[in-house]
Amino acid sequence: MTDIEAIGRQLADIVKRYSADYIEAHLEQSQRSYITYRGRELESIGQATAIGGNVRALVRGGWGFVSFNEPGDLPGKVELAVRQAGLVGREESKLAPVQPIVDTVSTDKNPTTKPLAGKKQLLDEYNEIIWRTPKLQTSTIAYSDSHKRVIFLSSAGSYIVQERSDINLRLSAVAAEDGKVQQAGLSIGSAGDFKAISGLRQQVEQMARRAVELLSSPQVKGGEYTVVLDPVLAGVFAHEAFGHLSEADFVYENDRLRQIMVLGRRFGSKELSIVDNAAIPGLRGSYKYDDEGVPATKTYLIREGKLVGRLHSRETAAKMGEKPTGNARAINYHYPPIVRMTNTYIEPGEASFDDIIGDIKEGVYAKNWFGGTTAMEMFTFSAGEAYMIRNGRLAEALRPVVLSGNVFTTLNNLDAIGNDLEMNQGGGCGKGAQMPLPVSNGSPHIRIKKCLVGGR
Amino acid sequence: MEDILAQAKRVAEEAEVFLVSAEETPVQFEANRLKRIQSKQNTSVALRIIKEGRIGYASTTDPGDTRRLVASAAETARFGIQARFELPPKTTYPRIKVFDPDTESVPIEKMIELGEELIALITEYTPDIVCEAMVTKDIISLRLMNSGGGQASYRKSIFSLSIWGSLIRGTDMLFVGEIQSSCNPLTQPKEVADVVIQQLELAKNRASVPTGQLPVILTPRGVASALIPSLMMAFNGKIVLEGASPIGNRLGQKVFDPKLWLCDDPTIAYRPNSRPCDDEGIPSQRTPLIEGGKVANFLYDLQTAALAHTRSTGNGSRNGGLPTPSPTTLVIAPGKTTFDEMVSDIKEGLVIEQLMGAEQGNILGGDFSGNVLLGFKVESGKIVGRVKDTMVSGNIYQLLKQITAIGSKSEWVGGFIHTPPIYCPSLSVATKG
Repeated sequence: MTDIEAIGRQLADIVKRYSADYIEAHLEQSQRSYITYRGRELESIGQATAIGGNVRALVRGGWGFVSFNEPGDLPGKVELAVRQAGLVGREESKLAPVQPIVDTVSTDKNPTTKPLAGKKQLLDEYNEIIWRTPKLQTSTIAYSDSHKRVIFLSSAGSYIVQERSDINLRLSAVAAEDGKVQQAGLSIGSAGDFKAISGLRQQVEQMARRAVELLSSPQVKGGEYTVVLDPVLAGVFAHEAFGHLSEADFVYENDRLRQIMVLGRRFGSKELSIVDNAAIPGLRGSYKYDDEGVPATKTYLIREGKLVGRLHSRETAAKMGEKPTGNARAINYHYPPIVRMTNTYIEPGEASFDDIIGDIKEGVYAKNWFGGTTAMEMFTFSAGEAYMIRNGRLAEALRPVVLSGNVFTTLNNLDAIGNDLEMNQGGGCGKGAQMPLPVSNGSPHIRIKKCLVGGR
Repeated sequence: MEDILAQAKRVAEEAEVFLVSAEETPVQFEANRLKRIQSKQNTSVALRIIKEGRIGYASTTDPGDTRRLVASAAETARFGIQARFELPPKTTYPRIKVFDPDTESVPIEKMIELGEELIALITEYTPDIVCEAMVTKDIISLRLMNSGGGQASYRKSIFSLSIWGSLIRGTDMLFVGEIQSSCNPLTQPKEVADVVIQQLELAKNRASVPTGQLPVILTPRGVASALIPSLMMAFNGKIVLEGASPIGNRLGQKVFDPKLWLCDDPTIAYRPNSRPCDDEGIPSQRTPLIEGGKVANFLYDLQTAALAHTRSTGNGSRNGGLPTPSPTTLVIAPGKTTFDEMVSDIKEGLVIEQLMGAEQGNILGGDFSGNVLLGFKVESGKIVGRVKDTMVSGNIYQLLKQITAIGSKSEWVGGFIHTPPIYCPSLSVATKG
């Protein structure tokens, strides 16, 4: 087996010998196991190990990046990254200053070492629960866990070893009748704690029943509604509708966007605050240092309705004259770190759920996560579960709805924030080709006026 | 590879080793300027075994770790599913061109030049647009061998040009973009730029559509974003086997408009998803999926085909795990109507170029619902401007049951889908206002 520590020590020495404005390297060793089911049957069970690394060089503002999993000829790899950066660079290099750090961060959780038999037993049990439901056509279960060890080192003298564990479990049930097909899903994750996915019997049963119930549910009529989002979906909303727009790499070299995303601009009411925080321990988006060796921070994106901050890499922070926030992350050694969210949430307010729905004559209560995507100002996200609200009360179940909005109007239309913040650990975020990156989202219940809902 | 196979044969009845080695060179531009050059080398080995009738699987990127690879596959086989297939013996494969030495020899300097040219063409037309672009070449070597004597190996080259532009005026944002890829080098950035310039031209004016049912033209990119995700699920043999495909029990029946013809074709020369054989060593073939509106076939790998008592269609693809049925290149046959004829037929309607979020809904049931990221209003036979804050929803089985017209000119979308525009009589539109 290849030893990444030995390669790390060699590289730490090599990167100092080349003339570039900055050089860093990542080395990574990971194990992964996964089990999937389709219908009643196990579909696949497997284990994977990976080892690899990369070198990233900055020369006159241009980047070169070399990734590899054959560890031979390390000087050649550094030289190639420096040469590529030299081909690109035409200006002055800018990186926000950070203190070089030498540290080791380990985790006591390693789900990949738990015997496959135990994992399979739990999933068998969930699958049995799903299949007790009548009218079920099929189901899927996808479990995966991973443990990785990453060495980060730089020409400035940083040498950080970090370990991370991750677990993700996704289940779905599909019901069919008369050529109609409906599905319901559940997605749970944790930073390596197997217990987080082991007490879900009741939720699994409800999910399977919901798929069947949807067969007879009507589809909402398309149009504008007052919409109430549950904490899971509101967390996705915070992530899609605002989180991505506050990633500084979209903004820093785009003058027009810089004018729009100017700090101090009002985006919502005084009650609205949105935070990204990798420094909370134990969540799926948590870490001590990002992939540029910058310590994690709590960053307010919106505070009391105003834009007050954004997520940075060292380069975007320097180019915008702001402080680095420790948000440069890479999904693995094949990719350079880019600006990403971590644990993103809307801070709780004071309203109870009854306060929120009490005065809605006709609206939609959208629950649970199905997906979401964004194109800067416009975003869509879909609910796994939805109900009509009539005269202040939850009414008939609807087929899953897709909500869409425009960040400049929708945040302003957010007019009630609940007191029941919950973090959802089931999500994964995609940006460029790097997905799914472990993140978490959270929020209390929120209410949005005039939200566009797609329908018949 | 031979060594892993030999070790695996000692612990299992059957074994198969699959090795992929890739060298990828992306040249990236951000904010209209060259930003980053990357060079990515990646080799991975996957081992599939059949031990006591059950499938075991493991993979690694660590070349020095073969003993653990074999042990890991053997451990998973204890819990694995029953293998219903036999690994294919040695056979001959069709000659399908997927490697062009000219792609391999394109120098970095030329790639930089192509990206700069592409951005210049677009910024010349719209000076205040901010573009991200990527010029990439990929050289992939693939080898497969199994204990039954089957073996295959080929090299593939892929060259891609892509651009994504944003135009911001006040808080109004417009996104345009195009990606093209081929096994041959793409040396004409103008072909990519022309698509984007056409999008910019049509989006110059703003227009709004009413909420309600409207006729709609899906451009080739619109077809890819709205319809293809559901169709890919519906024709997947695995989903058919489970009974979850709405068309699974309708083989040979007319489900779609008689004008609709769709096939999966990995044999077209120099397409990025073409190949002489699939990832299990089954020879590539062209598989008709819809013939004149009738469901003609589904896509299978070895295991799924065996369970369904049919033969593999050579669609076993690996995506970091066990092979599973996946489409390669999807081709929708062109019809007789030009795009301009379609537009001039519409009194009030919508042209959809890009739908955002269509893959989020109940795509298994054929439902799609999304925000029109890029779309245009048609009024009295003319495109009058770009629509915003507009959502459409529909169901592909209702939509494709009755098609008004299929376009006479097909285009490649992303190198993997070849389709003409499709004109449908009615789609549900919801809009703000």
